[in-house]
Amino acid sequence: MICGGLAVGTLLLIEEDKYGVYSNLLFKYFLAEGVVCGHDLFVASAKELPTNILKELPAPLLDDNYRNELGEATAVKSEDFQDFMKIAWRYQNLPKVEVSPTSSARFGHYYDVSKTMSSELLQSIKCHSFFLPEELSLQPTIKMCNMNCGYARLLQSIQKIIYQEGFDGSHPQKKQKNVLRIGIQSLGAMLWGDDICSTDNPEDTHSLTKFLYVLRGLLRKSLSACIITVPAHLIQNKAIMERVTNLSDVVVGLESFIGSERETNPLYKDYHGLIHVHQIPRLNSLICDVSDTKDLAFRLKRKLFTIERLHLPPDLSDTVSRSSKQDLAESAKLLSSGCGAMAIGKKHLDF
Amino acid sequence: MRATRARAAFPHAHVPPRRAFRPSAAAVGAAGRGAMFAELNELLNASPQRPEQGKFTLLRDTRTDGSFLVHHFLSFYLRAGCKVCFVALLQSFSHYNIVAQKLGVSLTAAKERGQLVFLEGLASCLDMLFGEEEEEQAGQPRPLRFISESTSDLRALFDFVRTSLAPAAGDAWPGRVLLLDDLGVLLSLGASPVAVLDFIHYCRVAVCSRLQGNVVVLAHGGEDSEDEENELVVTSLCHHSDLILWAEGLATGFCKDVHGQLKIIRRASLQPGGERDVLQTYQYKIQDKNVTFFARGLSAAVL
Repeated sequence: MICGGLAVGTLLLIEEDKYGVYSNLLFKYFLAEGVVCGHDLFVASAKELPTNILKELPAPLLDDNYRNELGEATAVKSEDFQDFMKIAWRYQNLPKVEVSPTSSARFGHYYDVSKTMSSELLQSIKCHSFFLPEELSLQPTIKMCNMNCGYARLLQSIQKIIYQEGFDGSHPQKKQKNVLRIGIQSLGAMLWGDDICSTDNPEDTHSLTKFLYVLRGLLRKSLSACIITVPAHLIQNKAIMERVTNLSDVVVGLESFIGSERETNPLYKDYHGLIHVHQIPRLNSLICDVSDTKDLAFRLKRKLFTIERLHLPPDLSDTVSRSSKQDLAESAKLLSSGCGAMAIGKKHLDF
Repeated sequence: MRATRARAAFPHAHVPPRRAFRPSAAAVGAAGRGAMFAELNELLNASPQRPEQGKFTLLRDTRTDGSFLVHHFLSFYLRAGCKVCFVALLQSFSHYNIVAQKLGVSLTAAKERGQLVFLEGLASCLDMLFGEEEEEQAGQPRPLRFISESTSDLRALFDFVRTSLAPAAGDAWPGRVLLLDDLGVLLSLGASPVAVLDFIHYCRVAVCSRLQGNVVVLAHGGEDSEDEENELVVTSLCHHSDLILWAEGLATGFCKDVHGQLKIIRRASLQPGGERDVLQTYQYKIQDKNVTFFARGLSAAVL
């Protein structure tokens, strides 16, 4: 979905769905993949204890038969990221989406959402955590760039780990190069001490963007990749979200149907929400790999979270009444092509 | 095909090409050698052998990524033998280097021979925040000082640009160019719109007027943007630019064969003679080492 993986040194930003249900799930998938790959983890949160987050990671499916049942591996970008490593982005494309056949090497792992990861597996890797209430009480406040104190402290913490553990190449005598996966939950929320989610005219409109810029620098200079969830639906100052998007490599927005009128819309009856791709990375090349469609939807089955291409149900003019035809057309209008498209217009789609 | 300067009845009327645009053999040959975008040079009537002087070019993008234009101008001016000061705020050096190599230019070599002064914003910011104390006292330049200090002016950044491009003894590079990618980052880092406009103004005076050099700046943003500060800066710069290259995503959404539309606006109204501005519109497709341009609706996929 996003060019076959999250490259080392880049940032993935997820705009949370209204209740944070699915963004949290993707967040945990990212961390779980890190555990299975043997990467180090850095988990930061202002509201949940990182140890609790880690206790709820989905368990990996290591049964080959089950995997074969579900279908083949995901699309892999053929372009070479040179000396960047690819980290598996946890998703599944069912055969409906065009996948380019790859080598037999598996790309990514599968997870069972109904089970949690065993603690033995979790203990096999190194986890660093950052829980804001604890951090703030430990040390006196620091001043960095006139930035929000919580963000400044988090940057300091990340930089310290990167340097001490040698992710930036500062300890060449270390035998094996490893990757650091950084996960930051609900950045920008009030619990971080930022008021961009609570008012239209926040006191400090630059803290979050400064944070992202410095973080970008840290990521580019080290063997790390980062996922951040942001409660974008709460940020009223849209200019901030535009700037945040420009400063991130990949931006994905989740829109869940919980409590919205789309829940009952027949168009979306099989799905739990939509995925909007707002930004894709264009790294080390002129071109970027934009998939053919950007109308993606997701659903959470009992054990699996899947992402599929959204397609309209057939327009059966005999059985469908005039009013629901209008509904479908309205919904069709909302199928935008991701990064910038205008409305299709109040026309029925003729198949 | 040379760009025609017809007198339009209306200020920003579209001037259609007289015939379907076909790149000349020379352009194709140059593109084959992995040069900068030869077709774009044709459209702009520009050549590395005789780069213009004293020009301010604004690169804009709306609903798409216009950074391919930055790569073009970087390799163009290095080929033209100008000394280039590149303020690269958004991406790392290796990113630009890898793309430049596809276009036939080595940034590492250019840096070593003193032709390219490269400010990697991300690295400079990190050094400033997490660097050792001794470095600070040693008088190391801190061009991005405005991020950490309460003064919101970009004086330190301007000083960096000025000293980078100042004429030096034994300088082998006749031309001077300032390239900036991108302006929105300055606003995101806390600079006020007025400070950004002041900075650009000072750069224009120093580079375009005094040194007879060129300035090329990339800014994002579009009509439906909610970022008022950014719109203010971009609109203001539009009025003062000699040339505007505006890359826009297609209004109808993503298309595999046409990645976007490029508007080329020559501000003839700024020059003595007071002629009308000339607007030309082309569509483009970005490939691995090149960008091809064609008249609207005449993509190779369609014909």
